[in-house]
Parts: sequence; C-alpha cells; structure tokens
Amino acid sequence: MNSLLTPFDVSRRHFLSHLAGAAALAGPATTFTNSILANAPDMKKRHKAAILLWMGGGPSTMDIWDLKPGAATGGPFKQISTSADGVAICEHMPLMAQQMHHMAIVRSMSTREADHMRGRYYMHTGYVPNPNVDHPSYGAVVAHELADQVPNLEIPPFVAVGGGSVGPGFLGMTWAPFVVDSNGRVRDLDMGVDPSRVAARLEMLSAIENKFIGEKRGGAADDHFRVVDKTVKLMSSDQMKAFKVMEEPEALQEKYGKTGFGRGCLLARRLVEAGVPFVEVDLGGWDNHADIFPTLADRKLPELDKAMSALVSDLSDRGMLDDTAIIWMGEFGRTPNINGGGGRDHWARSWSVVVGGAGFKRGIAVGETSSDGKEIVTEPYTSQDVMASVLHSLGISLEKTFTAKNGRPMKIANSGRVIKELFS
Amino acid sequence: MNRRLGFVCLTVILTLSVHAASRAADADIAASADSESPSGRGARRTAEDFGIPHVAFINHQIEASWDDAGIRPSKEATDGEWCRRIYLDVIGRIPSLEELESFEKDPSSTKRAELVDRLLGDEYVDEYARHWTDVWTTILIGRDVENELVDRPGMRQYLRRSFARNIPYDRFMEELVTAAGVNRNADGVEDFDGAANFLSGKLEEGGVQAAAKTAQIFLGIQVQCTQCHDHPFNNHKQNQFWEFNAFFRQVRALRRFEGSRDVQSVELVDEDFSGEKGDNPEEAEIYYERRNGLMKVAYPVFVDGSEIPRSGYLPGKMDDGTEYGVHRRQELAQLMRGSSLLPLAIVNRMWGQFLGYGFTKPIDDLGDHNPPSHPELLDGLAQRFREQSFDLKELIRWIVLSSPYALSSRSTSANASDDPSLGEPPLFSRFYMRQMQAEQLYESLLTATKADRAGGEEAATMKDRWMSQFIIAFGTDEGGDSTTFNGSIPQVLMMFNGDLTKKATSVDKGGFLNEVAKNGTSNSAKINALYMAALARKPSAREIKTANAIMITRKGDAVGALQDIWWAVLNSNEFIINH
Repeated sequence: MNSLLTPFDVSRRHFLSHLAGAAALAGPATTFTNSILANAPDMKKRHKAAILLWMGGGPSTMDIWDLKPGAATGGPFKQISTSADGVAICEHMPLMAQQMHHMAIVRSMSTREADHMRGRYYMHTGYVPNPNVDHPSYGAVVAHELADQVPNLEIPPFVAVGGGSVGPGFLGMTWAPFVVDSNGRVRDLDMGVDPSRVAARLEMLSAIENKFIGEKRGGAADDHFRVVDKTVKLMSSDQMKAFKVMEEPEALQEKYGKTGFGRGCLLARRLVEAGVPFVEVDLGGWDNHADIFPTLADRKLPELDKAMSALVSDLSDRGMLDDTAIIWMGEFGRTPNINGGGGRDHWARSWSVVVGGAGFKRGIAVGETSSDGKEIVTEPYTSQDVMASVLHSLGISLEKTFTAKNGRPMKIANSGRVIKELFS
Repeated sequence: MNRRLGFVCLTVILTLSVHAASRAADADIAASADSESPSGRGARRTAEDFGIPHVAFINHQIEASWDDAGIRPSKEATDGEWCRRIYLDVIGRIPSLEELESFEKDPSSTKRAELVDRLLGDEYVDEYARHWTDVWTTILIGRDVENELVDRPGMRQYLRRSFARNIPYDRFMEELVTAAGVNRNADGVEDFDGAANFLSGKLEEGGVQAAAKTAQIFLGIQVQCTQCHDHPFNNHKQNQFWEFNAFFRQVRALRRFEGSRDVQSVELVDEDFSGEKGDNPEEAEIYYERRNGLMKVAYPVFVDGSEIPRSGYLPGKMDDGTEYGVHRRQELAQLMRGSSLLPLAIVNRMWGQFLGYGFTKPIDDLGDHNPPSHPELLDGLAQRFREQSFDLKELIRWIVLSSPYALSSRSTSANASDDPSLGEPPLFSRFYMRQMQAEQLYESLLTATKADRAGGEEAATMKDRWMSQFIIAFGTDEGGDSTTFNGSIPQVLMMFNGDLTKKATSVDKGGFLNEVAKNGTSNSAKINALYMAALARKPSAREIKTANAIMITRKGDAVGALQDIWWAVLNSNEFIINH
C-alpha cells in the first residue's frame, strides 16, 4: 500500500497491452495488475444510487407540496391535481404534476432544528450537531455502503453539485463530497508535463508522505495521502467524461432547463449512469423571509419544476428510476403565519419532504397536517426516519452499525424507523 | 494528457517494488519515533517560562492536567519545527530559508523568546497585521465575496490599521459594535469607517444577524436558535435573544446607489427608534412571537440581566437642559466591555488558534452546557488578559512561549490517548496538527518561492481572486459559506496542477528554483535547500536516494529534476500541515 503510482496518463487499453510484460514481475506489482484485470469488464451492470435535491434555506413546503387553500395561513397559490390519484400540489409545479405517479410526498415531517446550520446538519446526517462527534452525511453513508457494487469506479462515489453538502464525518476524507459546479467543470485536471515526470513526481511525493505518516503525528497525514491517491486515479480516468454535461443533446438540456439547477440535475443523471452511487444537487434561495409568493411563483418554482420533472422522467425513460432513489428536502419548512414583510420564517414543526424511485411506493402522499398547516395530525416523522427509508429503498441494511472515532457505536441512520406507508 | 507512453507503465511497476523495499528503509524512522521518550521518566524538569509569570501559570496548569490524566507529554519540537510553526501562527507564513537558518544558527539560550519579540515587533508589523486581518475578516464577514452590503477592502483597511497599532481588544470590539459611517473608502468619502462592514450586512430582518454574530463572536454565546424558541440544550431563552437584538434597533444601513441599481456603499447611521408600534419612543419596544403564537414584548437587556433605559431616542438635551435618550449600541459596548465573557471568548479563540483546539468545542459556545477542558486556566488567562489591558500581542506571547506550544506533534506511547480528534477533551500533551488555512498556504508558497509580493490592497485582491475558487455559498439569507479548501480532491488538484503551483515550480530566471539550480553546490546541497525552504528540515537518507534517482534519470536536465522534487515537496502532507 501507500504508493501513489497508478497507470497514470495511460489509457486502460494501452495499459493492459503492457501487462504481458509486467506479469513477470513479482511482489506488489502482481496484486496491482490483478486488480486492473479483474475490473476490466464493463460498467453497465445495474447498480443502486440516490440523488438528493437539496433546497438550501428551507423551502416553504406548504406552498409547494401541502397547500392549504382558503386557510388564513394558506397564501395565494391554488392547488392542481396530478398524475397521482388524489394527490394535489401547487399550481406553479405543472410539470411535476405529470410525474407525481413516480413520487411520494411525506407531509408529516416534524423536526426541532430551525437554525440553518443545525437543520442542515440534522437533515443531512440524522443526528443533531454534537461537538464531540462528526457524523457522516447521506452521501458518505450511501457511497460507503454501495461502493462494493461499483469496484471499478475511479471517480469519487459522492459528488456534490452546486453546493458543499455535509462532510463524511468519522467515515473519513475518502468519503468526502467531491464538489463541482453545475457545469461539471473540474478545475486543474492537467499537470501539463510529460507523463514520465508525473511518475517521478508521484514517486518523490510518496517518499515524503510515507515518512511523515510514519512519524505518528496524527490522522491528518494519512488522510492527505488517501485523498492524493484518489486524485491521481481521477486524473487518469476516462470516467471523467461523465462530468461533461454540455455533451448532452441540446433538446434534453432544454428540457431540464438551462439553469444552474437544471444542468445540475442533468449532470446527476450522467454521474449515476457512470456508476456514482450518490449525487447531491443544490438549489439555494429558499430562505424567503420577505416577499415569498412572487419569489416562488416567478423564480424558484419554475426552475425547480422544470429540472425536477425532467430528471424524474429521464430516469424513468432510461429504466434507471427503479434503482435510483430521489430525495427532495431542505433544512426545514417555513412558518404557516405570513409575516409583516410578506414572507415566512423558519419552521420545523410541520413540513414536507418528497421521495421517489428505487424501492419506494409511488404516487402517494403520506401523513397529514392540520387545516392551517401548523400541526401534524398523523404520525410525525423525523430526519432519521427519512434516512432509514431511503437506505431501505436502496437495499442497504439498517442493522449496520458504524464505529465512530471515539469507539462509540453509531447505528446507521441514527436508528430511524422505516416509514411503512412508503413501502408495500 | 493525451500522450501515452509505454515507458511509464514499466516505471510504475518498477517503482512499486522499490516502494516495498522502502517500507523497510522507513522502519528506522518509525523506530526512532518510538524511541522518543516523553521528557524524563522520573520527575519532570520544570518547563522554561522565560521569566514571564503568565507563561509559568500556563505551564503549571497544563502540567497538572497531564499528571491528573496520567500521561506524559511528547518531547520538545525541534528548532526547525518550532520556527516554522511560530511563523505560520504569528505572521501567517512559513519562515524563509534565511530566517530559518539564522534562527537555527543562533546559539542564544533565549532565542525563542527573542524570535517572538521580533515577530511581534516593528520588523514584522506589516505581515503580522496582514495575517490577523485575514483571520478576522473571515470571523467577522465570512469568505463570501458576493455580498453587496459588505466591502472587503474597507473591512481589511480597518483591520490592518487596528492590528498594526495593536489596539486593545476591548476597544477593537467597541469600534466594531458601535461603528457609524460609510463602509467603502472611495474618492471623496469623508465619513469612511471600515469597521462598519461588520454590521453593514447583518441588519436586515431587524438585525437578527447583528445580534447573533455579536453574541457569538465576542461573547461566545450561541443564540441564533433562540430567535424562534427557547434553546433546547442550554439556558438561553427566546426573550434573551430579542432583548439582545433590541440594542441594534437604532442603527440603520443606508444604501448609496451608483448609476444603476448597484449598491455603491452602505452608511451605518443611528436614528431615533420609536418602537415597533411607534406610539411611544420613550418605551421603544420590539415584539417577537412565541411558538404558541403569543406575541411578547422586549426591551434592551444585556445577557447578564443588566437593563438600560427603554428610550428609543438618541441622547440629546431639551431646552431646559434636561438630558434624555440613550445610545443603545454604545451602552451595549460598555456592557460587553465589563462582561467576563469578553475576555473568556477571546482567550478561548486565541488558544484554539495556536494550539489547534480551544478549551471548548466549538470555541464560540461557552456556558454550563459545554464545560471547558481547563476551566482554571481559561478563567486565569481571561483575568490576566483583562489586567493586561486586553493586549493581544501579550496574550500571543504567553501562549506561544508556553510549554504545550513547544511540544512535538509526534505522539508517544505515553500520550497516545490524548487525541481530541476522537472526541476526547484535549490535554495539549503534544502539538495537534492542522492543515494550513488557504491564506497561510498562499503566503507560504510566495515565501518558499521568493515570489515578488505586491503590496497592500492589490495583493489582497489577488489573494481574494485565488481564494474564490474554494468558496461555496449555502444559499441562505445568513450568508453562510464553506470551503473546498478542506483536504478534499479539489484542493489536491489545485496543489497538483493549479496556476499557483505552476508559478511556484517555475524555472524562470530570477525565481527560487533557478537560483538553487544555478548555485554551484552539489546535488545533495541543492536538495537540502529545497527541503529546508519548504519543510524546515533536511531530507532523510531514503528521500535523498529517491531524489538522486530522479536526478540521474534526468541527467541532462538538473533543473527539471529539481523542479519535480520541488513539486513533490510542496505537494506533501508535511508542507500543508502545520505541525
């Protein structure tokens, strides 16, 4: 272990052609070539994946998925019927209305974190922030659990598009989100020197890194090595073409919408197709403390509607939806009471998330809020419950227990319960 | 990357087997690490305190905590390690080759104290101010460069002056909390006040952010949650948030537009506040909503319960000479000045800045719900800092001359359990490693490569541009942000292939590499110079062997070989980690 040298800058086919000569070499080279040979078969076999559509700022779910027309708290939006029997959503989501037979709304979310940072952490990890433990986020957990199904993946298993997501916590930097912008642009991929020099540089680098690691100064030294190793693999990988979202047909780009979020969703589909088990796409701007209704009607909802509906139908058309879970959520909902500035403030007590695809039952709405939207009147669900349900929909065992750095056992999804109405 | 050479494949495989052998070669290094005994098996010698009672106090407190925990500290860091560390922590960059060599050659037994004097003195005042301006710009306004209500150059201008003059910390706080004037220093602006940038972007929505950030940064109290409800885990109540917020209701941020709709600058002004109902400025109240829907009223009350007059009028005199009114922000600053939380919060922050962990985690969340690891030390330092007139340079001197700051970062069998990354309270029995901040890396690369430095604001703008590639905004009204300069792949790609590295490894005439290459010395002396410049140490035998192999392979091109070695040194964990 602890060598950074991989078949740098050498195409796989070219590399394989050299293996005959290399086979005579003993030692580490043997294991090295074996793993390459074993991984040569194609990538196209089916694999599970999840796409999280993260709505930064806390979207007003009672103006999108759980309307209260006529109530004092209801706001001006009307609801429209959808392709899911008996499930109505906001009039400004007409394209999603045609896809709701693929989705399920959970209208009975009740959480306690109404601060952005805390809510962001809680909804991403299933745990409330704790100064002594860094918990892994959705992406890290799913990537970690599903990594074995794509052993020949050379690009990062957890990609965050247009936002930073939440880190890998105690699972370590190997599972950190790979952050790219929605154009899929990855900076600084090329060293710009002759390949033989790249090899010399990496050899020298290995020597320095290993010496430092051997001095037992702490985990940061090893973490750095592991990330460098991943970077080297990525730089030499043909799989990087998955990031080239602009190579998608014009008509499809148009369908997703030529917005940051639209491109991000299209990029997510490409990455999942290439074998990436978890992609998070960020759409910010939901922190609407003022003038919420024109903001939603004119800007946020049209962008969301176009991209999200295109993603669902595209995944469905390609036969990928049954293996790909979609999660739509933000850090919390917004106050049923409309404030003096025509906005809604932070509200965690009663709100909605949306899931779909993978093993989820589709075309339903689970749970119910009171007529003014202020209370949950059915069984309330938490971040842990959503996380447990998403993992279950992907076939990931909920019996899994991680060991945090301090030796404490950490049940996957913080012992959340599967929301049973989402499966049957 | 389209040239594909078979040669590489063989090199790769061959070097892999070489590498296996190298594990054995590295074993002697590991063995020497193990043999590093903690300082003294029996009675510990008293740590050096340089005749400074505050340093002795820290040493005594920390050593007592080691005894209580039954652990022994790592041995002292080498001169090279300590020198690199203190340049990074005090002035924000690694030492130059010359600075390092002159320190190592200095035979004086008090050379560490003398170097601290120099770094805190006139000689380095510009660099000191630049580093702490970087640190505090991030603390006060974050890294997001997009907010039109905040002018980063204006903020920096204020901070640079403050740190260059080492103004007392209580005054610094007061100037930020009570700033009034225009936030951008443009031509013709008379009432410029760069300090205004702390609050200029935080007064929307009734100054919720102004209250939350002021409490968090200067008092170490996390109140942002209590905006909407009583805090679930500590004693902070919702009314306290709004009572604190009420101090910020006289101040307004007036936008000045230029031409189109772009905000050209923001002016902070204090105005009479007539209360939210607006009918009785003598009792200028605000309202907030309880979770059960009840509206409650709040007036300015400080976190310790001290009330100020409820009037919303600014101070003035009536015709008959009677004085009326109150300046809420100035009253707040006075209350904060007197609060025990002010020195506690800054001591905890500074300790964390230098030792890698504060006495609490996070460093800006003090209170009974989050007890500190070393309460007596924290209290004692806070008290002494107040007695020392809030002199930040003195506080820095005490911390960097203390025994825990001088320890090696290598763990030993006698202190392996002291690992705060596992969630244990820190015992400071070794120096905890941390990655350089992006600003430190940037400045260190300039130093290591002897790049010409532009001065002042121009340099800062170039650095901003470079930094912007790492920033990710959260998309909330609070303007939160994070960075990909966090040890993840984008950071490594930048270090591998980015422009800054290309520049640092350039062999152009006049550059550092060119200078080393042209120097008439032996190959090993050249490699030595690269290691000293970047890592403050000489290469190991194993590293020399690898480097020599590269020199031999590229025999016609010594400069190119040095370039490859230099690239590797700059990309190493050892370079980017402050150890």
